[in-house]
Amino acid sequence: MKKSLGTVAVAAAMALSLSACGGSGSSAESAKGEISYWLWDANQLPAYQQCADDFTKANPDIKVKITQRGWDDYWSTLTNGFVGGTAPDVFTNHLGRYGELAENKQLLPIDDAVKKDNVDLAAYNEGLADLWVGQDGKRYGLPKDWDTIGLFYNKAMLAKAGISEDQMKNLTWNPQDGGTYEKVIAHLTVDKSGKRGDEAGFDKNNVAVYGLGLNGGGDSSGQTEWSYFTNTTGWSHTDKNPWGTHYNYDDPKFQASIDWFAGLVKKGYMPKLESTVGAAMADTFAAGKSAINAHGSWMIGQYTGYKGIEVGIAPTPTGPEGKRASMFNGLADSIWAGTKKKDAAIKWVEYLASAPCQDVVASKAVVFPALKASSDKAAAAFKAKGVDVTAFTEQVKNKTTFLYPITDNTAKVKGIMEPAMDAVVSGKQPASSLTEANNQVNALFK
Amino acid sequence: MMTTLTKNPAARSDQRPARSGRIRRGGIRRYGDLKIALFFIAPAMIGFVLFYVVPTIRGIYLSFTEYNILGDPEWVGLDNYAAIAKDPLFWNSLAVTGQYVLMNIVLQTALALGLALLMDRVAKSTLVRGALLLPYLMSNVIAALLWFWMLDYQIGIVNQFIEWAGLPRVAFFGSEEWAIPTQALINTWRHMGYTALLIFAGLQSIPQHLYEVAKLDGASPFQTFRKITMPLLRPVLVLVLVVTVIGSFQVFDTVAVTTQGGPVNATRVIQYYIYQRAFTESDFGYGSAIAVILFLILALVAFIQMKFLKGNESDLD
Repeated sequence: MKKSLGTVAVAAAMALSLSACGGSGSSAESAKGEISYWLWDANQLPAYQQCADDFTKANPDIKVKITQRGWDDYWSTLTNGFVGGTAPDVFTNHLGRYGELAENKQLLPIDDAVKKDNVDLAAYNEGLADLWVGQDGKRYGLPKDWDTIGLFYNKAMLAKAGISEDQMKNLTWNPQDGGTYEKVIAHLTVDKSGKRGDEAGFDKNNVAVYGLGLNGGGDSSGQTEWSYFTNTTGWSHTDKNPWGTHYNYDDPKFQASIDWFAGLVKKGYMPKLESTVGAAMADTFAAGKSAINAHGSWMIGQYTGYKGIEVGIAPTPTGPEGKRASMFNGLADSIWAGTKKKDAAIKWVEYLASAPCQDVVASKAVVFPALKASSDKAAAAFKAKGVDVTAFTEQVKNKTTFLYPITDNTAKVKGIMEPAMDAVVSGKQPASSLTEANNQVNALFK
Repeated sequence: MMTTLTKNPAARSDQRPARSGRIRRGGIRRYGDLKIALFFIAPAMIGFVLFYVVPTIRGIYLSFTEYNILGDPEWVGLDNYAAIAKDPLFWNSLAVTGQYVLMNIVLQTALALGLALLMDRVAKSTLVRGALLLPYLMSNVIAALLWFWMLDYQIGIVNQFIEWAGLPRVAFFGSEEWAIPTQALINTWRHMGYTALLIFAGLQSIPQHLYEVAKLDGASPFQTFRKITMPLLRPVLVLVLVVTVIGSFQVFDTVAVTTQGGPVNATRVIQYYIYQRAFTESDFGYGSAIAVILFLILALVAFIQMKFLKGNESDLD
């Protein structure tokens, strides 16, 4: 009796420890219970809340608890969660971050599930699904949405300056004289006495309306700041993408483009970098302080939502190689490797990436879902709201997009490039100083 | 309390004559005191060990490793320290922090001393004295954000006034020249009331009769201040300086919610740089090594202050 009790105790202890270890293993039990899901964009919360409700209706055993956290502390809270064991089962992931997370074994590869459940990867907009295959060849997420860059402009200011919307749609750019893009920007710039930027006697130190708004120096990617023109010259951030191991900020083509960009500030066509600390670029546009803002498609709602301002959206200018360019960034949902409800999490991720959920997101007209069919529905939903989004969608249709640079060490690259770009855009350093920063960046990959 | 302490040892020695016979009463009392003392120290001690000693030791250990928090720390010896010595951003952060501390402490201490004198002589109402402390009751982040918006280049009210006065707008947070002075001023504004309160307490501990005697001898207010107030206030002032200098070196929250190290590197203060390396760039070993260096710098600064300003002696004795 005594002996058997002891054996039972040992067996029980073993079973306990085994089940503790096998917590993340798949079992019939794990497709039940509550799973946690994080995202950072408050604008998208209502759409995903509805997805979660629909999901629970279809799978009554699984509840989804959604937490929205602002971008600024999203990643540090997530990292703390990984270490402390409190990370969400599923979370919205970013291309700039997932490489590092995958390398540190924080993400669950989902190849088997994708294969088993026959997820059709060809139904997503081209390239989006491939972005989420890591360096080890494993899949770490299913695409949820995408974004491109466009030019938001103030219709009243354009009309007053006599610039037609047709002209806006056919802008050209080159790093030497800025093409018609610079001409339009100059003409839209107005100083305090009413003189335009291309008129004699323009006072560049007392500008009332800048032709082009400025968001910041653009750090390593220049997503909305400069990549839409630097990448029309044939330049690209890295030697290959994804998983490049060499950055190209030392390329004369790139530096010439950035010199042109910084030159806009010197000419008084774009606000000084120092004035951009604080109020957001979109808000200063709303306040009538800039005529054109280059920004991402995720900002459509904000720009078109300002009262009393008619906003048009034009595609980015055509560059020296005869093509437009826009960074193509996509988000995905990933599963934390430490999840205790693996099966439920996989089900939820697959649902998020499926047409029923992406159509719900499309109907809210906030972002473009990753599925081709849902993207079209989103464009229709925007149209119903009176917003023409062709400027964003045509970049994808005409294949003029390039991918967000995905490499290792992205946080460190940003740490080096942010001050370096700021120094150039603020006019403290010439663009040639980026060669030194580029050496520091590439030293990270040795 | 006193009675138990004196009674107990005697009672014990009565009970165990054989063992305590040769032990002097003092020895037993010390032993008894220790037990009770430990009991009372324990709450503070546990917190101190758990939240200060252990993390400090672990931080020192991590400073000799390469550690990205998700993997395991890997011993690299002095590599981090060697890299820091050659890191221009580290030296920049020291210089930037130095500027900040200098501006913040000089202004804050001077203003606080003035305020304390006013509190002591003029503003005797509790309401006014309390009001001086108001900014300190605000959280650092709120204070920083409040000023961040008031001083905004485009939409800040301060710049609106500046423009009305016919002067050009100032990029308080955006320009490299202004960013650090602006932050130093904000924190001066927030802390001077509290610092003034500490100095005020020091002022009140100066015996009143000294002032009466000085008055009888016909000393001018300035002479009284120089010859009586300042020397007698010295121990308090030194303490205040040590505490505020250490606090000032650790400026972080204001920078984190406003400029985040920029423009370029103008506000990349040492604490922010540690945070950036460790939490943003997942280089906890490197961050810990800078933290250890900061720890040594602060220990040295505090030591120098105590030693040369004779903070632990009072002229009253």
